[in-house]
Amino acid sequence: METKKAIISVNNLVKKYDDFVAVQGLSFEVYENEIFGLLGPNGAGKTTTLEIIETLRDKTSGEIIVDGFSVDKQAHSIKQIIGVQLQAAGYYPNLNLVELIELFAGLYGANIKPMEILEKVNLQDKAKAKYKALSGGQKQRFSIATTLINQPKIIFLDEPTTGLDPQARRNLWDLITEIRDAGTTVVITTHYMDEAEQLCDRVAFVERGQIIALDTPDNLIDKLVSSGFERKKEVKKANLEDVFINLTGQEWRE
Amino acid sequence: MKKYNNIKATLALAKASFRSIMRSPSAVVFTLAFPLIFILVFGFLGGGGTHIDVGVTPGSDVNNPVMGMLEKTGMIRLIKDKSKADFDKLLEKGNVDAMIDVHRKVNSAAYSVNVVYTSASRDKGGILKSVLNNVFYDKTLKPTVAEIKESTITGREYKTIDFILPGQLGFSLLSTGVFGTAFVFLSLRQTLVIKRFFATPVRRSSIVIGEGIARIGFALIGALFIILIGHFFFGFTLVHGAATVVNMLILATMGIIVFMGFGFIISGIAKNESMVPPISNIVTLPQFLLSGTFFSIEAFPSWLQPISRALPLTYLNDAMRKVAFEGMGLWDVKFQIMILLLWGIGIYAVAVKVFKWE
Ligand SMILES: Nc1ncnc2c1ncn2[C@@H]1O[C@H](COP(=O)(O)OP(=O)(O)OP(=O)(O)O)[C@@H](O)[C@H]1O
Ligand SMILES: [Mg+2]
Repeated sequence: METKKAIISVNNLVKKYDDFVAVQGLSFEVYENEIFGLLGPNGAGKTTTLEIIETLRDKTSGEIIVDGFSVDKQAHSIKQIIGVQLQAAGYYPNLNLVELIELFAGLYGANIKPMEILEKVNLQDKAKAKYKALSGGQKQRFSIATTLINQPKIIFLDEPTTGLDPQARRNLWDLITEIRDAGTTVVITTHYMDEAEQLCDRVAFVERGQIIALDTPDNLIDKLVSSGFERKKEVKKANLEDVFINLTGQEWRE
Repeated sequence: MKKYNNIKATLALAKASFRSIMRSPSAVVFTLAFPLIFILVFGFLGGGGTHIDVGVTPGSDVNNPVMGMLEKTGMIRLIKDKSKADFDKLLEKGNVDAMIDVHRKVNSAAYSVNVVYTSASRDKGGILKSVLNNVFYDKTLKPTVAEIKESTITGREYKTIDFILPGQLGFSLLSTGVFGTAFVFLSLRQTLVIKRFFATPVRRSSIVIGEGIARIGFALIGALFIILIGHFFFGFTLVHGAATVVNMLILATMGIIVFMGFGFIISGIAKNESMVPPISNIVTLPQFLLSGTFFSIEAFPSWLQPISRALPLTYLNDAMRKVAFEGMGLWDVKFQIMILLLWGIGIYAVAVKVFKWE
């Protein structure tokens, strides 16, 4: 296996909320130009970990380097090279999508054409709509669009496909793969294992603030199978999701 | 790495915020509609003053039947114990409606009455004139009053709008500064807009300054609008024309900056949006009522006046009126500006402590 360069390295990260330890000594590396998945149950500490790397929350202890910058001392430099989609975020009230993109372009100091960004997530028809007036999935897509404005080296997507319909999800996978192929590193969290399996180059399983497994999806599956695991029931040749896709077509929905 | 441009970020925020304010109905209503309605109402109502202030010329005889008669009418207030120079100023502004001077005629028991009216207060001068005529033809007085000499000096006419407009302007600045700022920062914080901003390289100071620029810009456009409508439709006096407008806008800027400080504090202590109006009212209502927005604070009972004189809006209103009607320059209202500055320092010292980002 080729040796890869780490663009993010997290070392012994600990985060306490008062007495509660949400993250207990996490260590992992994200390689340049890969799609890295953080998986795990609700409350495992995924969002906490991401937001500490994004310099949005303070850590209790540990060391984090992002593209050579330390989160402690060079947060400003880190913010310039990352794109962030938060699990929960809002956008400036009373502005339409184009105006919001213009605002972010100013905040990042980027020169971009708002329509081009919106086209990437197929929201060009909603250019004049207010964020509030978008459907849940459109909101997610818009959030992802805002991560691309500064042409970041790394983007963080916290549950980007939650609430999306099956095609929108697939189309988003294509978009994320494109972004990765264009040279960007992607860190993603998701509760959909099919998504992680399809999309991620490597995944880490987090539980109660600790990493319990970290490998490529294939290796993790092989390991499980070789330990004698078998699915209880033979799967059908298609599932309900295939039916959905088949009935409704492949295109983005407005 | 490309150098990050704070100014560009600040301006992007100012632009976004300005667009958002212009689309928010409550901002437009508070800043423009309310003051204009009041101006309209008072502009058409006109002044309903019932007192006529008559200055007694220094050196005048005071124990004579004419003055006694005037005082008995209950409508005329005689003002004594001021210097000639003071009276001249008051007369010119219309703060005193007329001057009276009574002398015993040489070699006679009869009195000579000398009255000076001012064009700054024609209506009241007219009333006084008819009162004096009655006095002159009063049977009991007739033998003692030999003559009434009358003259009129020209002063600027001080109209109701000249009092009301600066007060409304001040209040418009107060409400847009306090309510607007408090709402915006509270809602940006609660809807996690600020959190998303923090994921960009923008500085905190850029967020505050950008919002500030937008709000000041909006308030000044509102102020200009109010001044121009007042001037062209209701005859609001602008002594030095455009220069006076510029001075008023500079004062407005100082005022809104101070008032925004209250907004920052409120956004920090309010737990949710529904707490903003009650807390804001604690700040704005007393100033609305006590800072000379509708009535001159001299009309208040004396125990209330110290409270009035502690409020920042009082000084903004005062400075605005002096600049607009008396044609003073900013240097002439330095005392009022200094008080505003002191308030500003105090408020922002608190704001820095209680303001919350998340
Ligand atoms: N601001 C906070 N204050 C106190 N506790 C917090 C805070 N944020 C998160 N926690 C706690 O830390 C733990 C980890 O939360 P986190 O949001 O990182 O989970 P997650 O893995 O992203 O979960 P999910 O899959 O539901 O998004 C949870 O138990 C949560 O209750
Ligand atoms: Mg989460």
